[in-house]
Amino acid sequence: MNALTRFLHRLEGPQTLGRGPAFWAGFLVVLAGACAYPLFSDGYTVGNTVYFFTWIFMALGLCLIWGYGGALSFGQTAFFGIAGYGYGILTINFGAAYGFTFVALILAVALAALFAALLGYFLFFGRISGVFLGIVTLSVTLVLERFMAQTAGPEWRIGNARLNGFNGMSNMPPLTLPWPGGDIVLFPDVQLYYVVLGMLVVVYLGLRILVNSPFGNVLVAIRENPERAEMLGYDIRKYQLGTFVIGAALAGLSGVLYTSWGQYITPSSMGMTAAALPIVWVAVGGRSDLTTTLVGTVTVLAVFQALTIHGSQYALVVMGAMLVLTVLLAPSGLILALARLVARPFTRRENNNLRGDA
Amino acid sequence: MPLIETRALNKRFGGLHVTNNVDLALETGEVHCLIGPNGAGKSTLFRLILGEHTPSSGAILFAGEDITALKSFQRIRRGMSVKFQVPGIFKALSVRQNLEIAMQHHYEPAHLAEEIDRLLAFLKLTADAGRLAGNLSHGQKQWLEIGMAISLKPRLLLLDEPTAGMSPEETHATGEMIQRLNAEGMTVLAVEHDMAFVRQVAHKVTVLHLGKVFAQGSIDDIVANEDVAAIYLGQTTAHATAHQQPGGLHA
Repeated sequence: MNALTRFLHRLEGPQTLGRGPAFWAGFLVVLAGACAYPLFSDGYTVGNTVYFFTWIFMALGLCLIWGYGGALSFGQTAFFGIAGYGYGILTINFGAAYGFTFVALILAVALAALFAALLGYFLFFGRISGVFLGIVTLSVTLVLERFMAQTAGPEWRIGNARLNGFNGMSNMPPLTLPWPGGDIVLFPDVQLYYVVLGMLVVVYLGLRILVNSPFGNVLVAIRENPERAEMLGYDIRKYQLGTFVIGAALAGLSGVLYTSWGQYITPSSMGMTAAALPIVWVAVGGRSDLTTTLVGTVTVLAVFQALTIHGSQYALVVMGAMLVLTVLLAPSGLILALARLVARPFTRRENNNLRGDA
Repeated sequence: MPLIETRALNKRFGGLHVTNNVDLALETGEVHCLIGPNGAGKSTLFRLILGEHTPSSGAILFAGEDITALKSFQRIRRGMSVKFQVPGIFKALSVRQNLEIAMQHHYEPAHLAEEIDRLLAFLKLTADAGRLAGNLSHGQKQWLEIGMAISLKPRLLLLDEPTAGMSPEETHATGEMIQRLNAEGMTVLAVEHDMAFVRQVAHKVTVLHLGKVFAQGSIDDIVANEDVAAIYLGQTTAHATAHQQPGGLHA
């Protein structure tokens, strides 16, 4: 078995649900459906669907940090905001020509990752864990929100980019693909849909390979028993930091896509409510698996959207109720519980073997 | 040169002097058992050697190198390995995955699967490879963790009550396994209460009491030592104090 096949074999493994031809056939059907979807819809609706998609990266990042690594972070929105503002500042100053928006995307994500590396260094090398990790990360995102909220004055500017306090930063250019015979501007429409869908597939499959790799093995080992993991010779702080940074970069990607989608970002994207929502998506779906997190996030966002249209003020209350119900009824996640229920008749009745052998 | 050595090791928790000037040395190839009544400081000494506690003073040497300032994982990488008292396994993962996590960086990827199979057979866990580790019987959990610990091919194996909760048969089988590993060159330091087990495996026994080395010698010396019997019975008779060992009991 050469290195490449071993690499691709990691698309399935003990850390991810779904294996074998049936699963991948299902995956391709869903993907084909997603690709065909714009043919049966109008540009405006497709543009709104992209809005859902932009959040999924942040959810998958949290799934990695929390579900696989066992570290509950409320800080995803901090990295979301940093990358969102970063993208705004870069593109307002340097424009969108020559594909610079994609350079700005990479730089903004790198900025979020760098900030996460700095924060994570003090958290993990200072051996902060459990509830304190949650408290510190929540504080960081709230501090950032407060800070950005007081930048209304004209003196708060970076180059041409006014930070604009609570009203938020706007009018940055959307993502633009350089193309012979005229750049393609990715407004919230079919083109942007395909670009983001492509990113989503790459990130999802990439994360599957990551969590089934030796790195992923150590990650779940740290979640299960950090002392044992360290006593097998692993520097668990480095693994935790690496995971935190990858998760933060994905939150940053969400931030950039969100900002370019609406050409708009405000401090409240880093506020209390915003910080709590990723926890709800990931917990309701089933944090210990990438696929259930993905399905759960799309489902919860769709429910949230429907509620906002039909009875806006209750949407957040329902989100809260959903989280409480999940914790009480299916602590490992509703989608995960559902997946197990569906899979039950098809799996051999081996004693207590939920996931099977590698 | 001893493989592991503690020099005038002290550990205080506030006013509590848990490890008191402990000098302990294990030669390569030795099986050494650490015994003593509850609260003698056995676990603390273990954690000091592992780097989970930092000593208040003193030094720890591994194969001649001062490792006092090293982190736990660095000590493990130098050739130590440990089995905890409460089975330290990854409960929500399969037995096979537990071993894979322990072994993945010690073997070529192409040979990893067969090495895991070999160890599973050695541990008599082949039929349970796919089960979640948390669902194993207590004895099997102990064996799984011993398997993880020895899969690192350590020079020094630290065992904290390896036979706790095992049946007499399982205990004896564990003892035989330790003798086999020792015959291959592994040095072993074990905290143990089961005197039959100590008699089976130990070349040398150290009795800790109130944080100090109270007595040291072969198992026969220790069993014949009336002072040791006295501290286990929790009484300090006039007879016992009269025959006190150097560095012994001051009650």
